[in-house]
Amino acid sequence: MLRAGDVTVLAGGTDLMPQTQAGRLRFRPVLMNVRRVPELKGIAEDNGVVRIGALVTITELLDSALVRERLNLLWQACDHFASDQIRNAATIGGNLCNASPAGDTLVPLLALEARVVLAAKPNGTLQIRRVPLAQFLLGPGRSCRGLTELLAAVEVPLPGAGFVGEFYKHGTRPGLDISTISIAAGARRDGAVLRDVRIAFGAVAPTVIRAPRAEAALEGHRADAATLEAAVQAALAEIHPISDVRASDWYRRELIHNMLKRVLTHVCKL
Amino acid sequence: MSANCDIAFTLNGVKRELSVPAGMSALAMLRERLGLTGTKYGCGEGECGACTILVDGMSVNSCLLFAADCDGRDVVTIEGVVQSEAGERLRSAFVASGAVQCGFCTPGLMVQASHLIEQHPGADEAAIRRGIEGNLCRCTGYRKIVDAIASAAKPDPGQTPFSEGQP
Ligand SMILES: Cc1cc2nc3c(=O)[nH]c(=O)nc-3n(C[C@H](O)[C@H](O)[C@H](O)COP(=O)(O)OP(=O)(O)OC[C@H]3O[C@@H](n4cnc5c(N)ncnc54)[C@H](O)[C@@H]3O)c2cc1C
Ligand code: FES
Ligand code: FES
Repeated sequence: MLRAGDVTVLAGGTDLMPQTQAGRLRFRPVLMNVRRVPELKGIAEDNGVVRIGALVTITELLDSALVRERLNLLWQACDHFASDQIRNAATIGGNLCNASPAGDTLVPLLALEARVVLAAKPNGTLQIRRVPLAQFLLGPGRSCRGLTELLAAVEVPLPGAGFVGEFYKHGTRPGLDISTISIAAGARRDGAVLRDVRIAFGAVAPTVIRAPRAEAALEGHRADAATLEAAVQAALAEIHPISDVRASDWYRRELIHNMLKRVLTHVCKL
Repeated sequence: MSANCDIAFTLNGVKRELSVPAGMSALAMLRERLGLTGTKYGCGEGECGACTILVDGMSVNSCLLFAADCDGRDVVTIEGVVQSEAGERLRSAFVASGAVQCGFCTPGLMVQASHLIEQHPGADEAAIRRGIEGNLCRCTGYRKIVDAIASAAKPDPGQTPFSEGQP
């Protein structure tokens, strides 16, 4: 199958169907339904890394005790995802391959330093490569996945004990809206000092992004109001929101300013 | 791509075989090819839930599902849901609560509610409201719909507590 090359991969269809109907996407000669490929299913932990098969649905992530307890940041994003009907159909692989700058699972996955597993079978032998999510995503709807490659899974290293994360999504209709902005932030308290600080944003740049300067403003510092404010200011310098039908760039900046502060206050337990 | 796909699946308990265009939605297949018009076309984009069906026991928007993707699966529409005991309870509860005005959203809501009750027997108001977030109703304001689902979700008053959880 993977050798065929000119294929359109079908998972849940929740992105593919609207794109096809709108004529934005023409099927390639082969429509490949990957539903029956068992390697693409299941959630399992091995050696501190959680492997989530590409076909795992948002509902399955929500129902997974492993995800809820150990990857809670991802679980929260799934909890904010669309409606029950969409969550039952939408897969994590589809969310990743659709590469939307507002993709809800992408934001926590980026913060958790996930990598995607890409598989191809160019001449009968299976070739696997692992790509950090930050390098996988190239722009709106664009990833470095080759035409003959299938996204097999996403691998997420477990955050250290004591890591606390919070996901925030702003939209008008609770889940169904595409995020106006979203935030995934987390850290570990080491006494009064913050460690393993991770901050990622959705819908403020062409892809979901990490905020390394905001993270650096907190990493190894004492968690207090002044540090938080410095981190928020650093974050505002790192984002490049656009104005579109959902919000103006000004409004997105205000949202990031106010909501990042709130999220960080919770994460730092101030 | 205009090629057809041959598919075989179970529809409301009956085996069906069909040839469908690759780009066809399950909703179009149900309404236009199979004449099952209980499943409604509202938005065609996954926003309104009028087209909700059950596939392998999970509720999905049939407007977003490729007909070809029904192959090998178990599909239940509103026409199948109302034949079940749970469906009949929901139907009477919708009538008793006055949860139907124009009725356009009703089939999708009943299918979604049947899935919700099966997954969370005895679901409370918050769980019901969350469960039907993907179903839009322009008429009722949802209050009576939530009441109807809540009353259908309650264990049957005719049953003793001991028979709870049994079919
Ligand atoms: C009403 C509505 C609400 C939505 N709400 C949200 C939301 O709240 N948050 C959010 O993030 N998204 C949302 N979405 C978008 C969509 O549901 C998600 O992006 C979903 O995760 C896509 O998964 P899928 O399995 O349906 O993908 P599909 O539509 O099947 O595929 C999407 C794309 O990825 C490719 N693909 C899929 N799987 C693979 C694979 N394993 N290997 C290679 N390529 C693959 C397909 O070829 C296609 O290009 C919403 C969509 C709708 C219609
Ligand atoms: S017609 Fe499918 S959700 Fe509206
Ligand atoms: S009763 Fe008219 S849309 Fe719900």
